[in-house]
Amino acid sequence: MDNLSYYIQQLLTGVSVGGQYALIAIGYTMVYGILRLINFAHGDIFMAAGFFMVYASASLPLYISIPLVLLLTVILGVSVERIAYKPLRQAPRMSIMISAIGVSYLLQNFATYYTGGLPRSYPTIPFISEIITIGTVTTSWITLLTPVLTLALVIGLVALIKYTKMGMAMRAVSKDFETAQLMGIKINNIISITFIIGSFLAGVGSILFFTKYPTVLPTIGAMPGLKAFVAAVFGGIGSIPGAVVGAFVIGICENIIKAMGYTTFSDAFTFVLLILVLIVRPSGLFGEKSTEKV
Amino acid sequence: MLKIEHLSVNYGGIEAVRDISFEVPEGAIITLIGANGAGKSTTLRSIAGLLKPKSGSITYNGEELIGKPTDQIVGRGITLVPEGRHVFPDMTVLENLKIGAYLRKDNLTEDIKWVYELFPRLEERSWQAAGTLSGGEQQMLAVGRALMSKPKVIMMDEPSLGLAPIIVQGIFDIIKEINRQGVTVLLIEQNANMALHIADIGYVLETGRITMSGPGKELLQNDDVKKAYLGK
Repeated sequence: MDNLSYYIQQLLTGVSVGGQYALIAIGYTMVYGILRLINFAHGDIFMAAGFFMVYASASLPLYISIPLVLLLTVILGVSVERIAYKPLRQAPRMSIMISAIGVSYLLQNFATYYTGGLPRSYPTIPFISEIITIGTVTTSWITLLTPVLTLALVIGLVALIKYTKMGMAMRAVSKDFETAQLMGIKINNIISITFIIGSFLAGVGSILFFTKYPTVLPTIGAMPGLKAFVAAVFGGIGSIPGAVVGAFVIGICENIIKAMGYTTFSDAFTFVLLILVLIVRPSGLFGEKSTEKV
Repeated sequence: MLKIEHLSVNYGGIEAVRDISFEVPEGAIITLIGANGAGKSTTLRSIAGLLKPKSGSITYNGEELIGKPTDQIVGRGITLVPEGRHVFPDMTVLENLKIGAYLRKDNLTEDIKWVYELFPRLEERSWQAAGTLSGGEQQMLAVGRALMSKPKVIMMDEPSLGLAPIIVQGIFDIIKEINRQGVTVLLIEQNANMALHIADIGYVLETGRITMSGPGKELLQNDDVKKAYLGK
């Protein structure tokens, strides 16, 4: 019986971790869908959101610092696009990719410089950090809240893309820049909106992640970022449902592996999965057959 | 009136359009004919703001269009039906029509009805993904989508490309009908015969220059045109 509740606990944690990966993975997959760019700086936007909270909550109450952190994260994400990617719109894809890698290092090094590179502890958000016990299973509110919040945001986002005029424009831009322009769509606005959504979700993801693992470091974005990226590739990069499914699969599998006592191998699993996907089915679960633009 | 003066455009490392001038009077059907690579598409794409010309001017009712982004040019009532149709394949027919009216904020019901009257086939396939339509239907959709912006000038880049003759005839009938309803048409075609038949004025483009012009019916009788473009 104890054993069973242990596994349920691990499964819940897995679902929760999957939710955090999903929120980050959406940013990767959406930007790829529109710009055909792997935004390597996305994990560092997530890290920056963590530091924003550390500093904001030091002097402001949480009900102000949470929206403020989300706002700052969005501003950072959009600024990165404007400064580092927009001027390269006509450049070969390799250039913009290198620019993304550069931004990633820039953000990490700036964070190291500004914070002194020491780990900072994330503020405790009351209520959602509390522990609850259901039957024999003990978990925290955040573990239960994360997948629910993630799914709500994902459903909202999918509805936005499917049913609104803006969503229609996003779909048009992701298919064909030039024809979208001929419809009167301002490409740059749509790209900005994509970065706003991606950064916002990464911001929400960072609040959920750091509430669970409350240490912020300049390099903390790398691992969750990479795993979210793998999730996006696994699900089929460019596809939002794909990224979410991929994220939950990775989150759950990792924690099952940990529960079986192979914690050391849980990260390795993710990357073995990446290699397998790339060999067997490079377009992922729900990906377009060909990702090259005509 | 759309006025092109001394337009030169570089494209793909060569001067694709060299110092051309022509006018598109309101209510007319104007056609540019010429071989592949003569600079026809480059001209239309420059008017639509997709390419930056090297020199010259493009004015619409006296206002300079060069330097304006495409969305503003579309907003002024100039629309382009691109070569190869470029419908959005994953969207339904109806969604394609709606996105054609992206800049409009008024009610679309009447105009969707209008497009469906012009192209009854599209109404039958309203909920079908555009990518599943035949080539001719996609061309109808591309034209219908452009009409949804309520254009004053509609530019068409090779609407007959890759279509069966019977379908081409249908498309040209629609072009005449759209024009009759008050939309100015700027048409470029390799199918010179069809284009000159419906055009008020035709221009012949050769390696980036206008070499001949005149009423469509006259050009049809011109020996050089006959030899080079009509295969006679």
